[in-house]
Amino acid sequence: MDFVLGHYNYWIAIFLMMVGFYTVISRGNLVKKIVGLNVFQVSVFLLYISIGTVTGGAAPIITQGIKLYSNPLPHVLILTAIVVGVATTALGLALVVRIKEAYGTIEEDEIHEQDHSL
Amino acid sequence: MIENHISLLLVVIPLIAAPIAAILPWGRASWMLTLVVTSACFVLAGLQLWAVVHNGAISYELGGWAPPWGIEYRIDALNALVALIVSAIAAITVPYALLSAEKEIPKQQIPLFYSAFLLCFAGLLGITQTGDIFNVFVFLEISSLSSYALISLGQRRQALTSAYQYLIMGTLGATFFLIGVGLIYAQTGTLNMMDLAQRLPEVTSLKTVHTGFAFIMIGFALKLALFPLHLWLPNAYTYAPTVITVFLAATATKVALYVMLRILFTVFPDGFVSVTPTGDLFLLSGIAGVLTASVYAIYQMNVKRLLAYSSVAQIGYMAMGIGFASFKGVTATIIHLFNHALMKGALFMAVGAIIYRIGACRMDNIEGLGRQMPWTFGAIVIAGLSLIGVPGTAGFISKWYLVLAALEQQAWLSVGVILFGSLLAVVYMGKVIEALYFKPASEANLSVKEAPILLLAPTWVLVFANIYFGLNAEFTVGIAEHAARALGVAAK
Amino acid sequence: MIDIIIDITLLAFLAITAVAIVRLTNLLAIVMLFGIFSFLSATLFVVMDAVDVAFTEAAVGAGISTVLMLATIALTKDHEEKKYSSHRPWLPLAVVIATGAALVYGTLDIPAFGDPESPAQKHVATYYIEKAMPETGVPNIVTAVLASYRGYDTLGEVVVILTAGIAVLLLIGDNCPKSIARNHMQEGLKGKEIAHNLILRIASKTLIPLIILFALYVQFHGDYGPGGGFQAGVIMSSAIILYALVYGLDGAERVIPSTILRLLASLGVIIYAGVGVVTLLLGGNYLDYSVLADTQIAGQHLGILLVELGVGMTVFSIMLIIFFAFAGRGRP
Repeated sequence: MDFVLGHYNYWIAIFLMMVGFYTVISRGNLVKKIVGLNVFQVSVFLLYISIGTVTGGAAPIITQGIKLYSNPLPHVLILTAIVVGVATTALGLALVVRIKEAYGTIEEDEIHEQDHSL
Repeated sequence: MIENHISLLLVVIPLIAAPIAAILPWGRASWMLTLVVTSACFVLAGLQLWAVVHNGAISYELGGWAPPWGIEYRIDALNALVALIVSAIAAITVPYALLSAEKEIPKQQIPLFYSAFLLCFAGLLGITQTGDIFNVFVFLEISSLSSYALISLGQRRQALTSAYQYLIMGTLGATFFLIGVGLIYAQTGTLNMMDLAQRLPEVTSLKTVHTGFAFIMIGFALKLALFPLHLWLPNAYTYAPTVITVFLAATATKVALYVMLRILFTVFPDGFVSVTPTGDLFLLSGIAGVLTASVYAIYQMNVKRLLAYSSVAQIGYMAMGIGFASFKGVTATIIHLFNHALMKGALFMAVGAIIYRIGACRMDNIEGLGRQMPWTFGAIVIAGLSLIGVPGTAGFISKWYLVLAALEQQAWLSVGVILFGSLLAVVYMGKVIEALYFKPASEANLSVKEAPILLLAPTWVLVFANIYFGLNAEFTVGIAEHAARALGVAAK
Repeated sequence: MIDIIIDITLLAFLAITAVAIVRLTNLLAIVMLFGIFSFLSATLFVVMDAVDVAFTEAAVGAGISTVLMLATIALTKDHEEKKYSSHRPWLPLAVVIATGAALVYGTLDIPAFGDPESPAQKHVATYYIEKAMPETGVPNIVTAVLASYRGYDTLGEVVVILTAGIAVLLLIGDNCPKSIARNHMQEGLKGKEIAHNLILRIASKTLIPLIILFALYVQFHGDYGPGGGFQAGVIMSSAIILYALVYGLDGAERVIPSTILRLLASLGVIIYAGVGVVTLLLGGNYLDYSVLADTQIAGQHLGILLVELGVGMTVFSIMLIIFFAFAGRGRP
């Protein structure tokens, strides 16, 4: 029981990651793939923050009288990763807009059909 | 003052130049800035390699904080060599870019184009120089995002879908890498590579560390386009603007391979590769990659695509060298990493010269062009011979050392694969040469003139490099052995 | 105990939302659910004491990303074709199950959640918690690590944002080939009806100064509480986005012309990288703020203030560049 209580956070994060990952590789809609990518990444952030959590710890802002803090390093890394994530999303969506203009569709299969017929 | 900061300036100069290039109003001004910056970086990278070889590894503390509290740049012979390759190729590509990019990229977009090019360049150098594993991720994303944008600028609409496909695969790869780093951090509490190297031996038996290692490898295998994770590469190289194909083919995969070498041999303890199935997997992937991709290359009708498949095959040779997990094997990988940049750079540039003249590079478009464009044709022949591995060219040195490494372990199958791979290369390069020279030229092709000198000169610089480093292997082999030692691969 | 219950409840909500995202085909619903997903994770970050991360996730993930996704479906279409949604479902499923199994295997001997003695909590993290305050004088350890100890990462991060801005301009900026079709978002943004709605006009006029004030507070209070240049930049840009939504895109572009935005974006990166060059010239290492003033603490303060300013400028202007590019696409 202790083992489960100590690890369920990681496992649910892993489950969420895999849902996102599955969306990316199984769906043919270009927007949905990007949403899946975002779900995947946000879940990885959950994994990182879980690694840095300390039971009974406070947010890592030095306050008088508090001795135990959560680990600040994963927070810093994830702040960076969030920004990288939104940058990727913006670029991916811009590509989707252009693909729609060039092909008239955002479904992967219809795009393949058009390119093979060329 | 400068000599203490070379390693840093190498990355920061293009990083500062990129936003400036973006706001310059004229394309030519951005081009000039890019030319100056890449040439300066080439000189700095040369100085850095010289310093590392003569005075030993360099450590630079960013922010003045001692590692592992702060981020460290740590340079030994291996990353000094990779930085030199990246900046040399950039410095040669930029003069070539002037005409080629003006032809393929809309005029108003040229300043942003060079800005993105500089960002990609800075990102690749940043990955190469750093000694901090999370810093790798940040600079990886700088180079990746800019290369997605650059690829999407190709003239045909497939450039957009190729860039999208690469974005999805690349981001998945980067996220896998991130997961791996997180798991390893959970068991070591550090991100600095040298610090990890000290702390990892105690925890290598843990499942978390094994999983983390696997995720880092898969993440970079995606970026490297290691068989069978190479599916994004042929499209991306085929539809990207010529200059970008030249630059990425010669540098991006090399940098990804460098990171793998660093993690396999420096960060993880010596012997980890052979204890775990890692070595065998690399060997297997290498063999499969060489055979499959070479056969695919034979059937391609588009010359750029043919060369892209050939790149996947060449990555296979490098993976085989890692698979041997020996001093000789890693040395051969590093030698090929250097030489492949020379030959693929030259080949894509020569094909780019054809595209500059006729706007296409399908087998049936280029018939008979070899007689109209003798210098371009000559470049393709010599660089092609190098790709095959004919004695007197750089490619021969690669193959020679790779075969030696295989013989050392009596891996007869691998020796056979290396030789058979060369045979397949004869077939696909032969097809290109046949179309260019032995097929009769069409009406339209008879009036095609030789490519302008601005395209030919950079191409021939690389062609001469192929011959020079084929006849005089002292530099390549010396540095590669130095680098393999610095990596921590034990010489047997 | 109560922590565990909140934690489990939030995780359950997250799981339900994620599964709904895979299963639905209405893209509008999917995007709204993603906004919820992102917001729920922000809440979870607060429960796990990661306040800065929560703040950023709420502003960036639930805010900007969702807005961009909405803009994209307005420009493309809002339905996934059902017939394509499940071709070859077995291969992806097998890959995902294998990957998930590998990850679960990897967590079997990972230290338990919340263990204060785990390796991740020792070593570097302990150093930051003990030394960040005396060495930099900044009580918010996250800000100290972000802007100083790992300040070079943050420079890279600002450059990533700049890269995204340049990439979006290359793809769908003013100079790119345009589509002729008008689209519903454009109709909304032309905003005849919205602009004449009295309540919206008055509400937004009151809100916008407050948002800007809050952004400035977040920008300059990041040393002491959650916040900093990233969050401030995003909040500041949301004020202009609100203005654009109510008064139309042209109005917003008159307030901040795109050439100014480009200059600001580049300038932000140059300020950040330039602080590093100044420290070089003063004889320190790159981004070693200690040489900027007489004492180490004063130098660190000044350095962090300046680089956060650079961050804020670039994030603010790139967010707007990206928004304007998406919103302006398809303008006749």
